Order: sequence, then C-alpha cells, then structure tokens
Amino acid sequence: MMLIFLLRRTGTMLLTALCLSFIVFFLTNLEPNLEKVAKYEGNSRMTDEQVEGWLRNNGFNQPILIRYGEWLGVWPGWTREDDNGRVVAGRCVESPATADEAASYCGILQGEWGVSRVFREDVSSIVATRLALTGKMMFWVMVLMVPSALIVGVLAGMREGSRLDRSLSTFSIATTATPEYVSGVILIAVFASSAFGLKWFKGTATSAMDGANFENFFLPVLTIALYGMGYIARMTRASMAEVMTAQYIRTARLKGVSFPNIVMKHALRNALIAPFTVIMLQFPWLLNGVVIVETLFNYKGFGWSLVQAAGNNDIDLLLGISVVSVIVVLVTQLISDIGYVYLNPRIRIS
Amino acid sequence: MDTLTWTGILGPVLNPILFAAIVVAAIGFVATLILGFLPQPMPSVNPDGTLTAKRSPADWARLVMTGAVLAVIAVCLIFILGGIFIPSIEAKGIVGAVSARLLPVWIALVATFALSITFKRRLGLYGKLFDNPIGMVGFGLVMFWVYTALAVGLFDLIITHDPLQAVSGMKNKLPGTPLQGAEDGDYPYYLLGGDNLARDVFSRMISGSFVVVRIAPLATLFAFMVGITLGLPAGYVGGRLDTFLSFLANLILAFPVILLFYLLVTPEIVQTGIPSYLAVALFLFPILFLTVLINSRYFTEPRKRNIILAVVLIPLIWLYCSLVSDPRTPVSFFPVDLDLFDIPGGILVVFVSVVFVNAPTVFRIVRGLVMDIKTRDYVAAAQTRGEGPWYIMLWEILPNARGPLIVDFCLRIGYTTILLGTLGFFGLGLPPDSPDWGTTINAGRKLLSIYPHAAIVPALSLLSLVLGLNLMADGLREESLKD
Repeated sequence: MMLIFLLRRTGTMLLTALCLSFIVFFLTNLEPNLEKVAKYEGNSRMTDEQVEGWLRNNGFNQPILIRYGEWLGVWPGWTREDDNGRVVAGRCVESPATADEAASYCGILQGEWGVSRVFREDVSSIVATRLALTGKMMFWVMVLMVPSALIVGVLAGMREGSRLDRSLSTFSIATTATPEYVSGVILIAVFASSAFGLKWFKGTATSAMDGANFENFFLPVLTIALYGMGYIARMTRASMAEVMTAQYIRTARLKGVSFPNIVMKHALRNALIAPFTVIMLQFPWLLNGVVIVETLFNYKGFGWSLVQAAGNNDIDLLLGISVVSVIVVLVTQLISDIGYVYLNPRIRIS
Repeated sequence: MDTLTWTGILGPVLNPILFAAIVVAAIGFVATLILGFLPQPMPSVNPDGTLTAKRSPADWARLVMTGAVLAVIAVCLIFILGGIFIPSIEAKGIVGAVSARLLPVWIALVATFALSITFKRRLGLYGKLFDNPIGMVGFGLVMFWVYTALAVGLFDLIITHDPLQAVSGMKNKLPGTPLQGAEDGDYPYYLLGGDNLARDVFSRMISGSFVVVRIAPLATLFAFMVGITLGLPAGYVGGRLDTFLSFLANLILAFPVILLFYLLVTPEIVQTGIPSYLAVALFLFPILFLTVLINSRYFTEPRKRNIILAVVLIPLIWLYCSLVSDPRTPVSFFPVDLDLFDIPGGILVVFVSVVFVNAPTVFRIVRGLVMDIKTRDYVAAAQTRGEGPWYIMLWEILPNARGPLIVDFCLRIGYTTILLGTLGFFGLGLPPDSPDWGTTINAGRKLLSIYPHAAIVPALSLLSLVLGLNLMADGLREESLKD
C-alpha cells in the first residue's frame, strides 16, 4: 500500500515539476524577453532584422516545445552548419573543433544546466555554491525557530485560556503579522544603526558568507525565524490544547500525576504530530523569506541569485533556480505526508 | 525656527512618567511570567466551610503590570488629546502635531466605536467583536487605517505636503525639521522628516495607506470569488474534476511567490499582454458566481429571475469591459466612448498577480469546508427534495461555511497587504515614486543605518495594519466559536 502511495505521489510530483518548469520556460522565452537577450549579447542598438538573425543563429527560432525538449534533454540539441555541411555551432557544441564529438542530447537530464548570462558561469556550479550558502542560513534558522516555536506553543497550549496563553498567543500573532522586510528593517534600525546607537550587530551579512559569526549572522537568521515562528507556535498551541482535553489526560490528572509530568510524559508526544507537518510545509514560505532577507542583508545566496536572475532575465539560471526550488517544495510536501502517516496511527492509506 | 521636539510642552512633565510606566510594565510582565511557574498557594479552608485564598506574588506582579499599562495608555491619550487642543505647533511637538493632523480619523473612530458598542446586541457577529478586547484593538487599528486612507484618498485631508513633491534642502532631514523656504499656507514642518529624495515622510506614509486600502480588500474579494466558484464544485462533486482542479491549485502553490511575481510583473511580460489575458479570465469569475447564484435560486420563476439578472449583470458587465479593456494593452475591444475608466499603470497587473497567488489557497480552504459540510443532514434533505447541485452548493453549503471564511478573509487581507509590500519592496509593478509602503521601505533601506526614519515609518504602518487585521480575525474566530 505504502509503495503504491509513494509511486503515485512521485508521479504527481514529476508531472508538477514538468508543468512548472514549462511555465517558467514559456514565460522567460517570450518574444520581448528573447529580444532583450539578443540585445544584451549582441549590442543594444540592433535592428529588428539583426535581432532576428541573432536569434536564428543561436537556435531560438524553433517552436517552443522543441526548445523546451532540448533544454530538458529529450530532444537533440540544435546545430548550425556552414555551407560545407560542417557543424559550426550548436546547443551541445562548445567550439567548432570539437563539433564531431559533441553529444546530440544535452539538457538538464544529462546534467547540462546551461550557462548564466549574467555571472558567465555554469548554472550548476552557481546553484551549488549559492544553495550551500542558503543551506547554512536555513540550518541556523531551523535551530533557532523550531525549538522556540515549540516551547512557545506548548506553554500556551497546556493551559488554554490562561493569561500565559493569551500573552504568548498575542506574541505569535504579532510575529506572523510582521513580514521579513518589516522586521528586518526594524531590527537593523534598532540594533545596527548609528541613529539608535546600539550597534550590537552588523546591518549586512555579506561577511557571513565566508565566516559567519554571531555579530554578522544573527539578525538575518532572527528575521526569517520570527516570521515562521508564530505560525508553527499557533499550530503547536492548537494541537496541544486539543490533546490536553483528551480522556487519557483527565485520567492521568485524576490518578494524581503532577501537572509537569502530564505535559512532559503524556501530552507532548501526541501534541507534536501536527507541528511536524506544519514545519515541513513551511519550506515554501521560508524560501520567500530567504529571498527578501538575502536581498535586505546582501547575503549572496540562493534567493539573492533568484532576484539577480529574474531581474536580468538570465534564462538558464532562472530555470535552474526554479527547478531546484520547486523540487525542494515538492519533496518537503512528500516528506510531510509520509511523516504524518507514520506519526499518526489513526491514518491509514487506503 | 528650531526643530520640533517629539512631545512639545507636555514632554518635560509626561515623558518621565511614560518611561517609568513602561519600565515598570516590562518588569511586571517578566515577573508575572516567572512567578506564574511557581506553585500557587492553596486556599485555606475556614471553619464555616468557605475558602480563603491569599494573593500570591504572581497576582501582585500582575496587578502592578496592569496599573503600569493603564498609565502608559493614559499618557498616550493625553498626548493625543493635547495635540488637538494645544494651539501652536511648536508647543504640540511632533506627536501632538501628527495627532492634530489625524483629527478627522479620531472623530470617525470615536463615532464608530460609540455607535457599535451602543447597538452591539443587534449587530450579529460584527457586534460580538466588541465583547472581545483583542478583537476590539484589532478592529480599531484596521479602522484607523481605513479612515486615514479614505480621508486622504477622497478628501485630501491629513497630508501636510504633496507626497511626490521634493523640496530642496530637505533631503534626509530628521523628524520635526522646519520646511526650508516655507511660504504662507505651507505647513511649516516635515513632521516625520524627509526621505532621500527630499519628500515628506509623513505625507507619503499617509498617502501610502490609500494604495493598500484600495487594492488589498478588493483583490482578496476577487480571490475569494475565484476560490469559491472553483472550490465548491471541486469539494461537492469530487472525482476527476476535483483531481484536476486540485492539481492546478497545487501547481500554483508550489511556485515560490516571488518568482511568480517576477515572471508576471516585469515590463516585458506586461508588453505581451499575459497579465491582461489573466485579468480577462479572473475578473469573469465574479460575474459567473453571481449569475449562478441568482439563477440557482430563482430559476423556477423565470420572469423574476430575468429581471434580477438584468439589474445585476448589465452594470457588472459594463464595469468588467471597462476594467479589462485598455487601449494600451493587447486586450482592447471595448469602444473608447463607453469605456468608463482605465486602471493606471501597473495597478491592474499587481491586482491580477495578487489575486492569482491568493486564489489557490482559498480554493483549498473552500474545498475542505465543502467536503466536511456535504455529509450533514440538511444537505441530504435538500438532495431528497430534488434541489439542483448549484442550489445546494451556493444556498445550503456556502452560508454554513461563512464563519471560517469570514475569519480567513480578514487574515487574507493582511496577507495581501504583505504581498503588496513585497511587490513594492522588489520594485515590481507600481511606479518607483509611488508612495505605497513597500516601495517606500525599499527606497529607505539603502540609508537605513544612518537615517532610519524614512524606512521605519512605513514599516511600522504596515506592521500595525496587518497586526490589526490578524487580531481582528482572532477575535472574530473566538466569538464565532462561542455559539
């Protein structure tokens, strides 16, 4: 049963990834965008005929589905031949000399992600380095966000309606109401500007790319963690409050188990099922936060490259980035589904 | 002229009280939290069988905190009232002068609260909001911005200067700086300072509220129309239709929002007309929704139905055509003489992309609610009566799903506000000199470490509006769960 479920989910996932990458491909390869690319590569004062010629010479004149197939690696890459019938250029051809050995397929399935037009570098290497930088940030975000959100949620949910619950709930509402670009601006102004004079932290995280320390890395991490925290805390609170009304908790209380013991030993494990899925589903949101915070703090990671690629219509890089981010989102959804089934014995796949 | 002080003549007296009260409140808050974990003293039993409980340290800490918070609120009220009644701007100080400029908003707020609290028993769910302190605070914050936006957008009140006009010599000036070269009739100060292009931060913040209040609720409403029209059949009919629609919704949800914005809102894409075609499709949904709504109810009385449909649809379709058709975009089919209005610049694009991003989430919520409600007895009763599926969906299921939908509507307006800010923050869609909060934060963040006021003011405004919407939603949720 589990296997069939997994297969179906993976199938849907692949279909989603295909559709999404095609949408991105389609939108980045629209007429005006290609014209911009031609003028960027050639010169900015090209006439319409020159633009058309450039596009034809570089394989952009084929139908969009074929070009999508080329990019994916399921359709042979385009080639251009000179008058003698020798291949002089092509999608998979790096220089005319090696044209004969060039493979006929070269798309992402073959590991050829293309070259970024802005950074003049292989997309795969850009994505790898940037993803590593963002991964470092996400690790610390998780370290900060998950435990504090769970503590806040459990404390608020263990006595529903108490004053502690009210103040912690208001706190979580306040953090979910503060988008990253607002909390980031306020945190920088208070803790890193000369106007308030505190200057405890640095207002940029550029130096954190090589050596992250508390001073240059805490503010960006805190900014992302705050926004996600409130949501997880509220989910934890709701699930904790529900567990605390369960029959077996009442039995434990009547048996005379002390309150801390009830919370730690009886309630906590069951209350943490729902937050697990929520934490997993937070990834797409966190991705958003990462883009904003990396732009705000000038931390040149994955989100920063997304902005650069999108702003300059760097087609290959943008496609690479969107494929990676879509896969991240879909995989976390899958993990959350599987985890939910494993953690919750009441759910059976049928 | 000197730079204004923050609190004017009231300052020397009230500032020490304010700071003392804030410090006491903070200490009291921490003490309450810590002492709350200690075991509470057990009440002692009296000979006559009653119980006596002594105040624990935690109770005392809470009392002190409550007192201090009340003192802070009282001082703030005095500042607001003082600003209105003290005559000269110098004596008012910055806080007082801002409060005086906001006078129309205060009046409207007081009137709203007085009327609502008086008649709260007759006002249904809205009236119940006034039984809930958190909901009331949220409602107050929301209405503050709504009235501010209406006052500045419709009557041009409150703002002190033109939000787009730069005044030489006022670049990056601190709050309360006198206007250089002020003539008679000019407001003599930049109350909250100047930004990096020498424009008045206060006026920009106030005009920015109109951008948000104009777009956010309407965009959310459209997203709800789309989500409801698609979510109802998906949940009720299920099967292939559900699989297909859910797949589409998940497709959009798996997209990083910012990437989607970059793909939809850039000038090159706008040039191809894709957002305009999306607008054609998305704006069709409210018309569809209303047609089906009316038809499913009155199809047994064709005459009555035709009249109602005509009255509702003709103006709507006219509005739809003038909205969608714009001679500057590829979608321009409607004769210019009949075209009522064109939406300026990027606003339509922004609107469409915000609706597009929000609709799938609404779809999922509605679908879940419908799948829950369709097992109820009254639905089975309607099916037995032989009602059509659309009647059951729109007139039996939808009204019973209204509670969670209203709460989510409030939350989603907040989320839309955040999305609008995100768009502005990345400089997408709206013109670069637009006074909306996201754009202003983006412009102000470059000098954040030296002149934070230009970015902090719109940031706090956005925060307070979204916080208000969230608190209001929380209050509504609590009150609607009570019955």
